[in-house]
Amino acid sequence: MTPADWTAVRLTAQLAAWTTLLLLLVGTPVGWWLARTRSRLKPLWSAVVAMPIVLPPTVIGFYLLLLMGPQGPVGQLTQSLGLGRLPFTFAGLVVASVLYSMPFVVQPLQQAFEAIPARTLEAAATLRAGPFDRFFSVALPLARPGLLTAAVLGFAHTVGEFGVVLMIGGNIPGATRVLSVAIYDHVESTEFADAHRLAAAMVAFAMVVLVALYVVNRPARTDQSAAR
Amino acid sequence: MIEARLRLPRDGFTLDVALSLPERGVSALFGPSGCGKTTVLRALAGLERAAGRVALGSEVWQDDAAGAFVPTHRRALGYVIQDAALFPHLDVQRNLDYGRRRIPPALRRIEPEQIVDLLGIAHLMRRRPDTLSGGERQRVAIARALATSPRLLLMDEPLAALDAQRKAEVLPYLDRLHAELAIPVVYVSHAVDEVARLAHHLVLLDRGRVVAAGPLADMMARLDLPTARGEGAGVVLDAVVAERDAPWQLARLQVGDGDFVLWARDHGLPVGSAVRVRVLARDVSLTRAPQTGTSIGNQLAGTVEAIADDEHAALALVRVRVGVVPVVARLTRRSAFALQLSPGQPVWAHVKTVALME
Repeated sequence: MTPADWTAVRLTAQLAAWTTLLLLLVGTPVGWWLARTRSRLKPLWSAVVAMPIVLPPTVIGFYLLLLMGPQGPVGQLTQSLGLGRLPFTFAGLVVASVLYSMPFVVQPLQQAFEAIPARTLEAAATLRAGPFDRFFSVALPLARPGLLTAAVLGFAHTVGEFGVVLMIGGNIPGATRVLSVAIYDHVESTEFADAHRLAAAMVAFAMVVLVALYVVNRPARTDQSAAR
Repeated sequence: MIEARLRLPRDGFTLDVALSLPERGVSALFGPSGCGKTTVLRALAGLERAAGRVALGSEVWQDDAAGAFVPTHRRALGYVIQDAALFPHLDVQRNLDYGRRRIPPALRRIEPEQIVDLLGIAHLMRRRPDTLSGGERQRVAIARALATSPRLLLMDEPLAALDAQRKAEVLPYLDRLHAELAIPVVYVSHAVDEVARLAHHLVLLDRGRVVAAGPLADMMARLDLPTARGEGAGVVLDAVVAERDAPWQLARLQVGDGDFVLWARDHGLPVGSAVRVRVLARDVSLTRAPQTGTSIGNQLAGTVEAIADDEHAALALVRVRVGVVPVVARLTRRSAFALQLSPGQPVWAHVKTVALME
């Protein structure tokens, strides 16, 4: 592999790691809220979170470009804060990836939280645990399989994105040229051998990650209802 | 006193109760499913938000008039439900520690060793909840609640999910609970057998209302209440083991101060032990004169106090007073007619079976 390809691999890993970290921080409270809320706005927020699953990446990329561009509200904000502009930077790529991979993190978390019986959390309340205490001592440990699924899917999905990256990040080596873009470049330049190496590595990576995920999540959850 | 006024709209009716429960012993909330008894318990715990007021002695947990509502996790209570709700990710030891660690050391009045011993779970400490039997799980749940040294223990049909054998396994621990720890218990049940065995105070609920409330013995002797219907009808008496007859393996039980004496199977309790005795209405028959040549060993002279119709038109309930202690008999209406029973009339009550409960 060329040094440029290695740079793309490293950049992709960094992007996926940052995105996954931020998504777990943001997605956990969002998933918790969606799992527990009785708000009538729940379907609306569920839909907003799920949008990236159904929308073409170009649509998301396009609107993010408008939002983060020099005339967009987010762009104005980042510039007034002295942060410069986000499009065509690594930071911009992270922001876009967080939004684009959101449902892949929020939904497993939401399902894991929904699977926790209300009576278990109520038991914690009757044992003197306040709301935050209940969340960290009962809800999070019981949602651990969901947490793992969310992290793996968020990471893998970020590694695999292309359209949003191309629109927000462009193709700047060392800053925004990630693996999927590098493969595209190789194909465009008819460097099929190079394209092959990276593409095959991606296939292997996806396979390993997904098999590992299914293996880890295979054992039946040993909660009380399953034991009875 | 534990005092509560609660109002909450439910499907089909409005829960509207005023409770005044003694701050010692077991108070049972009894009624058919869907009568609102679980909701009352949840509202006492603050898990359900009803309108009204909840106070435990001088400690006010809810007072809508003053805008006060103490959240569940700041109420010094223990709560045990039908299916235990143990934490599946913690072993038994850490389930027990969960609540205990969350109260200030100064408020830890009950030692963990005492609880573990009381509920017989010492051998389970390293086990995971999903490896426990239903009865074991329930005992751990009770221990976990007690480990917070609660000022009030709320139990919502803690035996309902267990089969008869497991029930028999857990019941003795519940007996010991109020014998050894002075924690008031509010116990929700729809099983009259459990109530007759455990309760000291009884509140009957139906469709969100209090039908009647009072000391257990008084309530069980009333003929006009739902507890007088069905196979579980019968009085509950406090007695003392007065004599043990070793050759015949029988124990003489003294009820009250007078001539009320019952012979029952000797369960090995020493003379002087206080026991609770249940005499089912179906096990009591009445005659106008004392009988000879009968296999029934317990004959009591009494006076008819009240007669009431039973559920089935063929049956009648008769309350007989033996000294000051009431006994209820279930007869056919034909027999009652043939004996020409009426209030004030002297009769002999024959008790076939006496169930010893403590």
